[in-house]
Amino acid sequence: MIKILKYSFFDLIRSRWSYFYFAFYLLLGFVLLFLNNDISKAIITMMNVIIILGPLIGIVFGIMYYYNSIEFTELLLAQPIKRSSIFLGQFLGLALSLSFSLVIGLGIPFAIYGLFMSNEIFNFLMLLWVGFSLTMIFSGIAFYIALSNQNRIKGFGLAILFWLFMAVIYDGIFLLMLIWFKEYPLENFALASSMLNPIDLSRIMILLKLDISALMGYTGAVFQKFFGTGQGLFASLGILFVWMVLPLLLIVRKARKKDF
Amino acid sequence: MIKIEQLNKKFGKLEVLKDLELSINKGTINAILGPNGSGKTTLIKCMLGMVLPDSGSISIAGKPIKNDWQYRDKIDYMPQIANFPPNLKVREIIAMLKDIRNRDARDAELIEYFELAPYLNKQLRNLSGGTMQKVNIVLAFMFDNPLLILDEPTNGLDPVALLRLKKLIDKEVKKGKTILFTTHIIRLVEDIAEDIVFLLEGKIYFQGSVKALVNQQNAPDLEHAIADIFKKNPIIETA
Repeated sequence: MIKILKYSFFDLIRSRWSYFYFAFYLLLGFVLLFLNNDISKAIITMMNVIIILGPLIGIVFGIMYYYNSIEFTELLLAQPIKRSSIFLGQFLGLALSLSFSLVIGLGIPFAIYGLFMSNEIFNFLMLLWVGFSLTMIFSGIAFYIALSNQNRIKGFGLAILFWLFMAVIYDGIFLLMLIWFKEYPLENFALASSMLNPIDLSRIMILLKLDISALMGYTGAVFQKFFGTGQGLFASLGILFVWMVLPLLLIVRKARKKDF
Repeated sequence: MIKIEQLNKKFGKLEVLKDLELSINKGTINAILGPNGSGKTTLIKCMLGMVLPDSGSISIAGKPIKNDWQYRDKIDYMPQIANFPPNLKVREIIAMLKDIRNRDARDAELIEYFELAPYLNKQLRNLSGGTMQKVNIVLAFMFDNPLLILDEPTNGLDPVALLRLKKLIDKEVKKGKTILFTTHIIRLVEDIAEDIVFLLEGKIYFQGSVKALVNQQNAPDLEHAIADIFKKNPIIETA
């Protein structure tokens, strides 16, 4: 698996898209920091970008990479390696190369601005961790969708729909629910539904860490009330981790029974 | 070398292989022929463990291959479409496969034979179709395994490379290797194959020497013999 991972990573890291993605974060980081002159504010803005863009890029690249490398995957399948090693290796190569662009692209401007001398360093690390998790989760789900659909158009459509649902529609439904059922106690419902969406969960995590959850309204307040900041952070980290492992299990299960 | 019994495979409602029985002897060179959709590729992919049969058994070198993956260490496979990671260099893709198999290979010899040295440091996306196919050949032949499976090996090759490939295959057979290949080029079959496996509707329609097939169909040559079989089964031909 490590071997496949290594070569997938080196292939992807040299693709034009990786440079582009890297340059985007680099530019955004510089612009936000030097216009805002405030690391904390830059982190919040950055979070808003990452929790939408990270999953989108993960989904789109995951789908494109799987479908583009299908013939090569067939060659790999004819080699003496286990199926699960091939797909996990390819997936991790992709997720890590995307995360690499993100971490380096954001790391450079923040480091130059003087991140290491400020006390925001842990908040920044949290931002990177969330970006990494979301990349892993969504590229993993993209891989699973691609494995399950021979038809590329259908696979691509499903993946984009999944992103749209998690990033936009989910919040809408959530809000409607809160309004419709406002007569009832909704704390548990609000908690549960935030956990079921990794994007919401990431948002809450960063806001809890930045200790400004009151700004984000109901869910954040509920989370803070229930867990207290420390525990809430721990709980969301744990659930985010479950979200990261889930696609891996799905990929392995699907790959075992698939005909190529 | 290969023994297949009662092999069945369905894709949805489409029965691709039906109770297929086949046995391939060691040290023979076999052309797998048949119209489009007759199950050639599926058969090959079953042997490589890429397609999982619904029922039946496949044994290679005396061992059943079900739930195993180590047996593939003794097989060389050349896929029909050469499409490699676009940003890797030729040198890197060769290194990658050697790395995966964890053993030495005769890549230097083959690179020289197919005159690929000037391309070694080029990225794969910059290669022409023919050069890509040569890389594909090097990757397939470099491990020197006793069983070779080639899917349309002559795709996109120029006449010089084609001649070299034929010579190479000839040399491999003389070493006692078992070779299976699919093709649509009858000339290639006449040139290099000893035996023919003819697939029709997911079953073996004919297995035997080239001469035996020509005699069976009462045809002047192999091309006519095969055309006759296609004509007698018109539904398949259009499928």
